[in-house]
Amino acid sequence: MTGEPVISLRGVTAELGARPVLRGIDLTVRRGEVVALLGANGSGKSTAIRTVIGQVPVSGGEIELFGTPRRAFRDWSRVGYVPQRTTAAGGVPATVTEVVSAGRLSRTRFGLFRRADHEAVRDALGLVGMADRAKDNVEALSGGQHQRVLIARALVARPELLIMDEPMAGVDLASQEILARTLREQVEQGTTVLLVLHELGPLEPLIDRAVVLRDGCVLHDGPPPRAVGQHALPGHDHVHPHDEHTPLRTGLLS
Amino acid sequence: MDFLNYAFMQRALLAAVLVGITAPAVGIYLVQRRQALMGDGIGHVAMTGVGLGFLLSTSPVWMATAVSVLGAILMELIRWYGRTRGDIALAMLFYGGMAGGVMLINLAPGGSNANLMSYLFGSLSTVSESDVTAICVLAAFVLVVTLGLRRQLFAVSQDEEFARVTGLPVRALNLLTAVTAAVTVTVAMRVVGLLLVSALMVVPVAAAQQLSRSFAATFAIAVAIGVTVSIGGTITSYYQYVPPGATIVLLTIAAFFALSVLAAPLARRRARAAAARTPAGDPAECAIPAGRGSADEVGV
Repeated sequence: MTGEPVISLRGVTAELGARPVLRGIDLTVRRGEVVALLGANGSGKSTAIRTVIGQVPVSGGEIELFGTPRRAFRDWSRVGYVPQRTTAAGGVPATVTEVVSAGRLSRTRFGLFRRADHEAVRDALGLVGMADRAKDNVEALSGGQHQRVLIARALVARPELLIMDEPMAGVDLASQEILARTLREQVEQGTTVLLVLHELGPLEPLIDRAVVLRDGCVLHDGPPPRAVGQHALPGHDHVHPHDEHTPLRTGLLS
Repeated sequence: MDFLNYAFMQRALLAAVLVGITAPAVGIYLVQRRQALMGDGIGHVAMTGVGLGFLLSTSPVWMATAVSVLGAILMELIRWYGRTRGDIALAMLFYGGMAGGVMLINLAPGGSNANLMSYLFGSLSTVSESDVTAICVLAAFVLVVTLGLRRQLFAVSQDEEFARVTGLPVRALNLLTAVTAAVTVTVAMRVVGLLLVSALMVVPVAAAQQLSRSFAATFAIAVAIGVTVSIGGTITSYYQYVPPGATIVLLTIAAFFALSVLAAPLARRRARAAAARTPAGDPAECAIPAGRGSADEVGV
């Protein structure tokens, strides 16, 4: 591990309402690494990455992005974010191109698009195999296609760091393969990746390190755990608690 | 076209066109973020401004602008901090604004609920020179914001969380949207009235969506509908003795239904075209993908 830290969390705590969700997380992602954040529903893995992007306020600890304290960080074009798919549906139709263009704003001045920006949008759609759907309404897409659009939106600013929240959830196998290939190309070009996953699945060969959370604490930080039996099957949806000490989670806060 | 010879009709038509453009231009962002009724709330709050204008003998339009901008900012703050009790706080703001307006206008010397009626339901034929000036200035502001910042406002309205990660000043843009909506309400106040403002912000957008697949097209069609019904309603009210505000709103709703009927065959044709293109990627027929077998049915 020689690269400089791109994401660094030290002793981060966070609450949702009165409930502690993160109880002192330490997490470092270095340049070029691909780190998976694993854990059951309610373990705090989504909250952890949402503190990194500033969507969830922290009550303690320190967060740095590219060596800058998160509060002072302004260089957002270096970060590409893929939220959970549910967040991106507006009340007005929007085309694939319009949605992906929103990701390019961090590279423009006052939102004015130049030729290079339009080309970047086309390129990003090409990367995820959605160039032929550019003018289609995003509402008309399947779950997997929609996810590919959101990844194109994150890639269109050519970020150095990709943060993804469950990119494989509800994605058909054909799209999973395209996503895995896209991600592999990005990693080969040196992009750093932090992603929340329910299970390693088709991305397993890409992952350098896995951080497993339970009840807002880091349980494991090291080589990815080997999935066996049922859990190794690509279609397996891992929703049950791991043991009798883990209270049943509703999934609402994951 | 004899109505163009009258100065009051020239002013009325100019005001109506500006409202027809600006109301859907702001409304589309409210609809996109699923706050379609925000314009209605601002309209209620603006009542207090109108009342204050009468009481202090200043221009009701500018007073209503000031009060509804403050109200819109307050609504946005309640949305941030209000959480679960937010809707109760909003309800109190709306009805407080309405009641405040009725109270103030009755306290004003010579004021009565008759004055109020022209602001509640619009009074296009009594639009004065100074009203037209105010409407032009305010409409220019609304257009600069809604067109100039369309990419930013689109991004924030579409996906706030993502917009934050692109470094956009999300809170500032949300506040700007609220302020612009408030300004639009006061622009439209003299034309369709405070109680009907929201219709012109929302219904043209809903009507445009029947035809469009993109945000840009929805924007353009909604503004075209807004201008058409505003001019149509104003001219109708000149020839028939009907209130222009109500005519405009009813025409907008008629446009919505007409476009819905027209759009049905269009949607079918698009679905057929999409089906014809499908074989490239996704198989249309059911198939169990390789690697997934009986394990799917096993509950663990």
